[in-house]
Amino acid sequence: MSAVDCAIVGGGIVGAALADALSEAGMSVALVEARSIGTGTTACGMGHLVAMDDNAAELALTSWSVSLWRALAEGLPRAVEYDACGTLWLAADAEEMAAVDSKVSNYRAAGVRVEVLDAAALYEAEPALAPGLVGALRVPGDAVVYPPLAARTFALRAQARGARLMTGTPAQALRPGEVVLANGDVLAARHIVLAAGVASPSLCPGLPITPRKGHLLITRRGAPVVKHQLVELGYVKSAHGTEGASVAFNAQPRVTGQLLLGSSRQPGVGTREVEAAILERMLRRAADFLPGLDGMQALRAWTGLRPATPDGLPLLGPHPEQPWLWLACGHEGLGITTATGSARLVADQLLGRSSAIDARPYLPERFLGRTPRQVAHA
Amino acid sequence: MREACDLVVVGAGPGGLAAACHAAEAGLSVLVLDPQSQPGGQVWRGEARKRENRLARRWLDRFAASGARFRPGARVVAAPEPGLLLVEEGTSSLAVRYGRAVLATGARERFLPFPGWTLPGVLGVSGLQVLVKDGLPVRGKRVVLAGTGPLLLAAAATLHRHGAEVLFIAEQAPAARHWGFALQLWRHPGKLLQGAALAASLVGIPTATDAWVVAAEGEARVERVRLSVRGHEETLPCDYLGAAYGLVPNLELAKLLGCEVASGAVVVDERLETRVKGVHAVGELLGIGGVDQALVTGELVGHVAAGKPVPTGLERSWRAVRTFADQLARHDAPREELRRLATPETLVCRCEDVPLQALDGCRDLREARLYARLGMGACQGRTCGAAAEVLFGWTGEDVRPPCLPARIGSLRLPSPPPHTRAS
Repeated sequence: MSAVDCAIVGGGIVGAALADALSEAGMSVALVEARSIGTGTTACGMGHLVAMDDNAAELALTSWSVSLWRALAEGLPRAVEYDACGTLWLAADAEEMAAVDSKVSNYRAAGVRVEVLDAAALYEAEPALAPGLVGALRVPGDAVVYPPLAARTFALRAQARGARLMTGTPAQALRPGEVVLANGDVLAARHIVLAAGVASPSLCPGLPITPRKGHLLITRRGAPVVKHQLVELGYVKSAHGTEGASVAFNAQPRVTGQLLLGSSRQPGVGTREVEAAILERMLRRAADFLPGLDGMQALRAWTGLRPATPDGLPLLGPHPEQPWLWLACGHEGLGITTATGSARLVADQLLGRSSAIDARPYLPERFLGRTPRQVAHA
Repeated sequence: MREACDLVVVGAGPGGLAAACHAAEAGLSVLVLDPQSQPGGQVWRGEARKRENRLARRWLDRFAASGARFRPGARVVAAPEPGLLLVEEGTSSLAVRYGRAVLATGARERFLPFPGWTLPGVLGVSGLQVLVKDGLPVRGKRVVLAGTGPLLLAAAATLHRHGAEVLFIAEQAPAARHWGFALQLWRHPGKLLQGAALAASLVGIPTATDAWVVAAEGEARVERVRLSVRGHEETLPCDYLGAAYGLVPNLELAKLLGCEVASGAVVVDERLETRVKGVHAVGELLGIGGVDQALVTGELVGHVAAGKPVPTGLERSWRAVRTFADQLARHDAPREELRRLATPETLVCRCEDVPLQALDGCRDLREARLYARLGMGACQGRTCGAAAEVLFGWTGEDVRPPCLPARIGSLRLPSPPPHTRAS
């Protein structure tokens, strides 16, 4: 096999989006995937494209990425199910409503359009919600996609430009200039990007990525119950608990008329089976917000393993100790949202282009290397 | 609601009933769950009321007197932990704690897609038989049946008895395989008698081996069927078409519980215990074998559950029914031509409207599910999964809860039992 400019190891949505971006820039690309494009953690996620404002770096990457998705939306096949439903952040009490004010200023500073809904406006928008909520923050630019087909679309676009899709091809080892495949073949590449999600540490020991398991459940098709992606503001509290399992209400209307329900987080848990006790907690939390839920028909429940980093931000950029190796992994629950932005940031660095946002907060050197540098959050 | 029992039996067909009878008669508390309103399963459907079949009557009477409790309309939807099943009964939910379990979940028909198979008036072979038993009027209606094996004749006999005009019986198996199978039946005298009785009741009905449905045609519903009969094509006008090719076991609950499955059957030891301790499997789950296998394996497990020695006669009978089941499997195996009937536009998954051409480029079931939505709908792939296995050789993925669509409320865990005061 002749050498490619870049071998991307991992055909989840991040690797696929990167293959799209690099091939668009004229690089020869090989996308190496152990199973099938977009069928790992990518296929387990909700596909919520959401601007998140836990910190400035997260907001910069997510809001930029969501806007990149919006620019792509026109050209996506219908089966990718891009739906600009927007997000409603639900405030259960006055304390959560007070938190809305600071979110408003965060979002506006980042150029994200938001609206504050009082209780009356909230119930007009979403009459199925339980009584007693005090209001909501509406982020109309957020959207939803169907992740496996979004990933496949990126990969097929790259393939149409000559990229090699090597599916059913697990990588066994990464060496300077070479990806050693499990079948013994060696793929020569000038650059190697590791984008293998939770599997990344097995190919690059020492990466600070651990699984964070999540559960989801989807209903049968039916009349739409809600119109927006609904998330409780308490999500932020529960999503950042670092110890123990937590659940938060997260409900999403699919264009199929199904309702997709989340969410749970189990730090450090890497098993795949559905755990009844966690599912139960998640569904009970959801029923607090959607009182009609118990009567709806559940079709399927499943789990996914989010690749979590200690600070919740992905690793995007060169490995400080192995300059031939680039990283695009550790996206936790924001891999679908930030696939577009992550791909652009890594592509920009590989190509020596300037980026639309500051790439420093996501550089792997914040964790790796002999003298970890303090990274200032912009 | 909650229930507790020594033995839970899932499925009230012959296998489940036989196991329940032996265990309950030995003094165990036995709970039998079945989605139907009466015990009997698919094969003895309606017998609790009609009492026509002598064997069914004997077992149903014995079951009624055994002390086992029957819960009708009960669908097992989840198995959240060892010893616990979550069950949906109409609009209420039930949690069942058990010591030992017998899975007797039976089988369903194998549908293979051909142009027109989703038209109204096209049903399964046993599906049509069940509808007629349940009261669908077919007097004077023209019916074509296409499928394989003894069930085809049994369905034809039922339809004939209810006044249908059975125009044609198409047996897919090649002649040599079919008659070879029939000749083996002398080893199973009961089968031979059943076969002879069926054949006698079907005198005068055109029947052919090497015959199958090529297409069903019609505007709003089936009006005619095109058949391939020994290499020639024939068209028959009809009101109903029953077309399905044998049975496949209902493995979902066994898989959900973690039982090992190999070659389309649950793996068991000589006590019919699966690889999951305390969970047994009987009947069709062991490979399609019909009523005889269900009764023999049900009785065998009933003895095991009751802690009684298994009579050697039963073990011998089991070996005999296994031989029959292996012959049946060879006979019923869908022939090559049946894999190539669907056109690019023919639906493979009717829940999600997935045509054959949507599967172009998919290499396995996971890709077909995620890229084309095959099996992602309300039947959870029960119909198209078996078809995809025949068409493409794709085998099923893991089963996740709920193993049947269920109300979200039915997935709730029972609250922990109250603490008993230390004595």
